[in-house]
Amino acid sequence: MQLLFESLFNGVAIGSVLLMAALGLAIVFGLMGVINLAHGELIMLGAYTTYVVQLIFKLPALQPLYNCYVLVAIPLAFVVSGVVGILLERTVIRRLYGSPLETLLATWGVSLILQQFVRSVPMAYAAGLILALVSGFGLPLLLPSGWFAGARARLIRLGSWAFSAFLGVCLAGGLASQIDRIARADARNVDVTAPQWMRGGLEMADMTFPVPRLVIIVMTVMAVVGVSWFLNRSVWGMRIRAVTQNRSMSDCLGIPTETVDVLTFGIGSGLAGVAGVAVSLLGSVGPNVGGSYIVGCFMVVVLGGVGNLYGTVLASFAIGVLTDLIGAGRLLSVWPDMPAPLASAVEFFATTSMAQVMVFALIVVFLQFRPAGLFPQKGRMVEA
Amino acid sequence: MFQSLQQRRWLLVCLWVLIVAAIVAAPAILPVFRLNLLGRFLSLAIVALGIDLIWGFTGLLSLGQGIFFALGGYAAAMYLQLSNAGDLPNGIPEFFGLYGVKELPFFWHPFASPWFTLVAIWLIPGVLAGVLGGLVFRNRIKGVYFSILTQAALLVFYNFFNGQQKLINGTNGLQTPATKLFGQYVGSDLMQRWFFWVTAVVVILIWALLRWVVRGRFGDVLIAIRDDEPRLRFAGYNPTLFKTLVFGLAGALAGIGGALYTVQSGSASPQFMEVPMSIDMVIWVAVGGRGTLVGAILGAVVINFAKSLVSEALPESWLFIQGGLFILVVTALPEGVIGWFRGEGPGNWLNRLGYCLNILGNWLIRWGNALIRQSTAFPWLNSLGINTLGNWLIGWGHALNSVGIVRRIGTYPRLELEGQVEVQP
Repeated sequence: MQLLFESLFNGVAIGSVLLMAALGLAIVFGLMGVINLAHGELIMLGAYTTYVVQLIFKLPALQPLYNCYVLVAIPLAFVVSGVVGILLERTVIRRLYGSPLETLLATWGVSLILQQFVRSVPMAYAAGLILALVSGFGLPLLLPSGWFAGARARLIRLGSWAFSAFLGVCLAGGLASQIDRIARADARNVDVTAPQWMRGGLEMADMTFPVPRLVIIVMTVMAVVGVSWFLNRSVWGMRIRAVTQNRSMSDCLGIPTETVDVLTFGIGSGLAGVAGVAVSLLGSVGPNVGGSYIVGCFMVVVLGGVGNLYGTVLASFAIGVLTDLIGAGRLLSVWPDMPAPLASAVEFFATTSMAQVMVFALIVVFLQFRPAGLFPQKGRMVEA
Repeated sequence: MFQSLQQRRWLLVCLWVLIVAAIVAAPAILPVFRLNLLGRFLSLAIVALGIDLIWGFTGLLSLGQGIFFALGGYAAAMYLQLSNAGDLPNGIPEFFGLYGVKELPFFWHPFASPWFTLVAIWLIPGVLAGVLGGLVFRNRIKGVYFSILTQAALLVFYNFFNGQQKLINGTNGLQTPATKLFGQYVGSDLMQRWFFWVTAVVVILIWALLRWVVRGRFGDVLIAIRDDEPRLRFAGYNPTLFKTLVFGLAGALAGIGGALYTVQSGSASPQFMEVPMSIDMVIWVAVGGRGTLVGAILGAVVINFAKSLVSEALPESWLFIQGGLFILVVTALPEGVIGWFRGEGPGNWLNRLGYCLNILGNWLIRWGNALIRQSTAFPWLNSLGINTLGNWLIGWGHALNSVGIVRRIGTYPRLELEGQVEVQP
């Protein structure tokens, strides 16, 4: 019984990280049909944001609040990744709607650039740049729209950008002077130390639950609930679904499809940033951290069935539990006296990487029977 | 430009003579290091040709060609390891000693035979690709899903090869330079030179083979699959069969490329199966021009050379350049550089340039004529040499006009000279 719970918990823990990472991808891929290979790098940006926030909270002035830096990191990571995602959508992906394979190649190029960006630009300056972008795009939305009428519009726009640039330079300079570790470019991996309350484990009925894992599970649950509420209950969620189902009809009915595109992509990217916070709590963060998640994320989306949130949830937990089952060789402890050849086969796959081999092979086999995943989208078109 | 090139047979012959001469003379001109690089990049061009066949002509974007590339490489490396294992302790390759393996794993045995290896290099990847592809195509999984599945398969193989120290030396891979072939070390300059020549000849042969394939009826079916698969199916063809065949062929080509790459780079390792490597392969084709065989070859060779040159000079900036290149090619040149050359590209630009030159030339002629006219009205101007200036301008105008005429056959409007010569003494 205890074994069952332990196994289930580990599986759910693995699955919730996957789900967190795949949620944004499911939205972007499922609703927009865009293959975003830079998704892993958006996760990485979220993880680095957590690192920077943590360093900021180590400053003497903020030291008393150190314990709750994660709570600040989550929205910040959402904003950072979301803004980069929106920028990506506006500049590159917008030109490539309708040709998923092209978006795949272009976003791969973006992911290379982002990786090298993290390696060769000091984090302090990157933070300044992002702040400048956020405020540059955000100010015109915040200022009263009356200001932008007439001849002054260009002047005000210019002024808001100048102000944003000033803000960015201030932040970059301040961070670089205060925190040595992010004042220079650094290609090495960095470690995020969890606050005191997130270390150790929670003892319950002879079992220990590692607290970071629990936090991630809670984060995931909240993210899934939030996203499903947003998509199913809110006005903009309804618009997103409408555009997904029939773009030209929605356009005719007055839904601003371009805004919907930006919003969808921004939310998907922002969720990647939140996943980055989760990833940073689990291990060290490097420029290549995204690459290790991206294939798994795509497998989750494909297995779950495209455009279906519940499929994604189920698929990621299934993959998590299976990975734990195979990777830890649980079958052996349940059934100690299994025949020798079978036992050696189980042992052969009882490492993390071999478990991945096995799980992916199982997914490919599964897709032989259900080519469109667990919950296929129903349509009336003849799939040739 | 290219069309006129094709029409002139003797130019084509000259081109071939040049290519052959370049290949024969390359070892004499290039330093050993560069020659080795060129040889490697040519073997990558073979992989790129395979990708061009399945992506450019058939519309299947595979992100897993690294699997077949690595399998070919491993087959070659295993033969080389075994071929001089007689000199080694236990009669098995040295690395097995590190993991306490006493006996050769069963699947190594056939690779002791050179003939088996020569067949295995392309047959094993080809058959594997055919089987994997067949399973996927049978379910009508296509487009993006196919790409994702091939990428997942790539990761599966990567993890598998990475983890198996006792069977194939895991992460370290199999090294070849210290092994012998025909009594020579594989890493020696002489052998490398021969490998270069062999690679170059193989590239040309495969190019010719693929050219024949895509120009025939088989190629028509492939293009039909790319452009409208349902219609082809309704016309009574079975696309699954063709897709499986062509994917197997591409896998076989990747295997050949991998084997040639391995003997020239000195090792076969799981790094061949890293995700970025396989995507890079696709990008070579995308940049060179999908659907054009020459584009695939040029893309592979030129991008890799650029990569090695840029990484030597500015190691940090290559990823920026590469990423920017991808985005640029996908958004601005979807047909790749060669496709652009053949289609819209330079003809259009040359046309525009020619048009500008033409206008400029006409302007100059008009000015010159005007000046000369003035000089006849006011004789004192003559003494200032205005007449010569006018003649000189007219001369330039004519020169620009004759450069500026670019007549292309096809959809582009012909630009005609409008300037009339009316020189007055």
